[in-house]
Amino acid sequence: MTKEEKYILARWAMNHALENGAQEVSVSIANSKSSSVEVRDQKIDKLEQAIQSGLSIRLFVDGKYSSHSTNRMKKEELGHFISEAIEGTKFLAEDKFRTLPDPDLYYKGDGMDLASIDKDFDKVDPQEKIDLAFKAEEEALGKDERIISVSASYFDNLNERVMVNSNGFEGDNANSVFGVYTSVSVKGGDARPEAGWNESAIKYADLVKEGSGKIALEKALSRIGQTKIKSGTMPMIVENRQVGRLFSPLINALNGAQIQQKNSFLIDKLGEKVVSEKLTLTDDPFIVGGRGSRLFDGEGLATKKRTVFDKGVLKMYYIDTYYGKKLEMGPTSGSTTNLVFETGNKDLDALVASVKRGILVTGFNGGNHNGTTGDFSYGIDGFLIENGKIVQPVSEMNITGNMKTLWSDIGEIGNDVYLSSSWLTPSILFENVDFSGL
Amino acid sequence: MKPDRRDFIKTSGMFAVGSMVLPTFMQSCQNVQISANVKSYLDHFEVSTEMLQKVIAAAMSKGGNYADLFFEHKITNSLSLEDGQVNRAFSNVDFGVGIRVLKGDQTGFAYSENLGMDEMLNAAKMAANIADQPKEFAPVGISEKLPADFYPIAQNWTDVTIKDKVPFVQQLNDKVFSLDDKVNKVNVFLGDETSYVLFYNSEGRLTYDYRPMMRIGAVCVMEKDGQIENAYSARSFRSGFEVMTDALVDEIAGEAVEKTNILFEAGKPKAGEMPVVLGAGGSGILLHEAIGHTFEADFNRKGTSIFSDKLGKKVAENFINIIDDGTLPNDRGAINIDDEGNDVQKTYLVKDGILNSYIHDRISAEHYGVAPTGNGRRESFRNMPLPRMRSTYMENGPHTVEEIFAQVDYGVYVDNFSNGEVKIGAGDFTFFVKSGYIIEKGKLTKPIKDINIVGNGPQALADIAMAANDYKNDSGTWTCGKDGQSVPVTLGLPTVLVKKMTVGGTNA
Repeated sequence: MTKEEKYILARWAMNHALENGAQEVSVSIANSKSSSVEVRDQKIDKLEQAIQSGLSIRLFVDGKYSSHSTNRMKKEELGHFISEAIEGTKFLAEDKFRTLPDPDLYYKGDGMDLASIDKDFDKVDPQEKIDLAFKAEEEALGKDERIISVSASYFDNLNERVMVNSNGFEGDNANSVFGVYTSVSVKGGDARPEAGWNESAIKYADLVKEGSGKIALEKALSRIGQTKIKSGTMPMIVENRQVGRLFSPLINALNGAQIQQKNSFLIDKLGEKVVSEKLTLTDDPFIVGGRGSRLFDGEGLATKKRTVFDKGVLKMYYIDTYYGKKLEMGPTSGSTTNLVFETGNKDLDALVASVKRGILVTGFNGGNHNGTTGDFSYGIDGFLIENGKIVQPVSEMNITGNMKTLWSDIGEIGNDVYLSSSWLTPSILFENVDFSGL
Repeated sequence: MKPDRRDFIKTSGMFAVGSMVLPTFMQSCQNVQISANVKSYLDHFEVSTEMLQKVIAAAMSKGGNYADLFFEHKITNSLSLEDGQVNRAFSNVDFGVGIRVLKGDQTGFAYSENLGMDEMLNAAKMAANIADQPKEFAPVGISEKLPADFYPIAQNWTDVTIKDKVPFVQQLNDKVFSLDDKVNKVNVFLGDETSYVLFYNSEGRLTYDYRPMMRIGAVCVMEKDGQIENAYSARSFRSGFEVMTDALVDEIAGEAVEKTNILFEAGKPKAGEMPVVLGAGGSGILLHEAIGHTFEADFNRKGTSIFSDKLGKKVAENFINIIDDGTLPNDRGAINIDDEGNDVQKTYLVKDGILNSYIHDRISAEHYGVAPTGNGRRESFRNMPLPRMRSTYMENGPHTVEEIFAQVDYGVYVDNFSNGEVKIGAGDFTFFVKSGYIIEKGKLTKPIKDINIVGNGPQALADIAMAANDYKNDSGTWTCGKDGQSVPVTLGLPTVLVKKMTVGGTNA
């Protein structure tokens, strides 16, 4: 569907709902296309192609609310679907907090180009995609006698979306991603450790096309001989691309729904110092080429650059229209865009060099946290550091603690920002972490 | 269960009556000997056997040696309660066909959300590209396969309105509040799903399935002296609306309140290795993570699992029998046919302590030269099938619960979990304990909460020293993820003793 076709159908669906009993309506139509190829043993293992589209509709009927989605997009069926959905909504309880956003807060157009899409998405030669996967495989295959299996993939994806709201919002956005991923399994004793490496980019021309096979092999080989060590309280460095796993509970605790439902360990903390003064974080939707860049959020609200933590002081919650009304707070946005950390001076090597005895965490294995209390416990693997040097791979261990304590106990924030994500996380050194092992 | 055209129109609202124009060549399908059941599925998807054969021929046109078509129409509904009111509903309709072509162990895959002949042929041609030696495919005669009937139901969810469901959701909320004065927030959800599946492959097999699913649960938040705790209880079955009873509501409410109450006094154990007693039921997560995934034959075929060279070898004590079963009545993990059209069975993974079978899909079964085990599953028509678990459990052992506890000087007892994970090659697995107890000198003492337990698959399996005679299946909302695909599963276990695993905790 073209953008104009999506708008025409979305407006039609909106009007159909308004004519059949809804007082307010929001309609989104999205379509996507993707392709992927995975190679193994110098043969194509999997080849996939997909095109999909779907419509979702949020209905506000007599003070009641429901949302629905379908991939059956013919008008006649859609009309029937929407009418039935409206009838069903009438059986729910009224909810006075459910409304569309205040139109004054909508994105009004004329935003900058955030470079979220490759305009030449369709121009990449399919054979070139397959060749990229084979090249990545070649970087590892046969390069070490301990290799058991190498698999390499190329993938791409394009998403396009329009949204119309019945109180005066229309907007569209699109994004693309291209990527290469290689994983390598090696034999070392009884275990068969594996490691993977991923490169991705919004534009095909920017994709780092070489290296994933080589890096995955190095990482897998470095895991041979991994073992658990004695339990103890030690400093912990978390590698940049893994930091998100420990940071997401903090962001989750700032979410309006979690706060209103008392499932947050940061309730009523606005303006208070809740984590280390070394943490200053900005939510910046306007980074050109940023993975989380956007001009409006999922409700149509215009995005803004905002400070989340300023030297450890909590400056904002993530509040959407509904929970804003319940909490009597103005909406900010229900979700993060690009998260930018104020960085320190050291890269990962320098952080490692600064630790006398501790663990560098390069992977997580399960675990969870308690949203209400902030207590956490996660499986980890990584490397033991002694006197500033990596001395052996460790695995089959847990870290256990509380999110408030952990993030108050930052030793140092690195400068090696992970760029292939909307959360631009640097490596971080934490002090005094409880490790369980032997 | 045969889909009834009338119900379909009435409840899903997907086809307006006026749009029901059948293609003219549809008439000829009357000449093929097929049952009324399978005919109703062909009609449901507005396809004929001739169309299926043409699409398969296109899929096989580049020299593939096998192809299949997986048609699916899924209707999902959910209702939620927050702040005392059933004030939100969600529904989703998903419809399409997945087309897969195999050449040896290579896979080409594409899908179409539109079942027009041109769209299906286009998708078939895309999937066909996995092969590159064009050849003519001679159509194979239709061979109809009736599915098993592991989830009989009395009342289709598609016949139930929001009005019928709302009272149960409200009742669960009210029940939780009534059980304890400390309750200050409750969230309740009730979800149902109805899937119609039609399957056809290049070997002529034509089959179908009707897959109901329901889940209901409550999150209970309590506050006591400024301390806030929450816990969750849920049930899920391949059952119809008849499963909704006052007794089910009471069971969930009681469990949610009880699980939350434990947490107020709970702390952390000492960090490190210790004996772990796993309570009957949800502790089956040990099997799912420690050995289930590592037994999946796609990993073993590629040599990437830690169990890759263990088939036929002793991996556990003689009294241990571990099963993956797709046949449990109305179980969340049951399937009448797998998503490759194969029969489903009860498969012994470990028999008398010996690794007896991997978990197979079509590709891996061919690779190993064994019959398929009925474990080829996919999240939806958008995905290719993979070897996946169904209900994974251990049979009763020779010990008693008392004998097991008597063995433990200091350790933990765990019986309430939220999630787990495994690294296939290293064999390291984890599961997260929402609550349990410390065991001291054979007795339960202080409650514990929110700790991760980590072990190594082959080691943990070998370390199961005792198993009791109190096996229980856990019918929670277990969902298993692999390669980005989620499928419903269940698990179960009798009380067992694992000699040692690493328990998260404090070093103070």
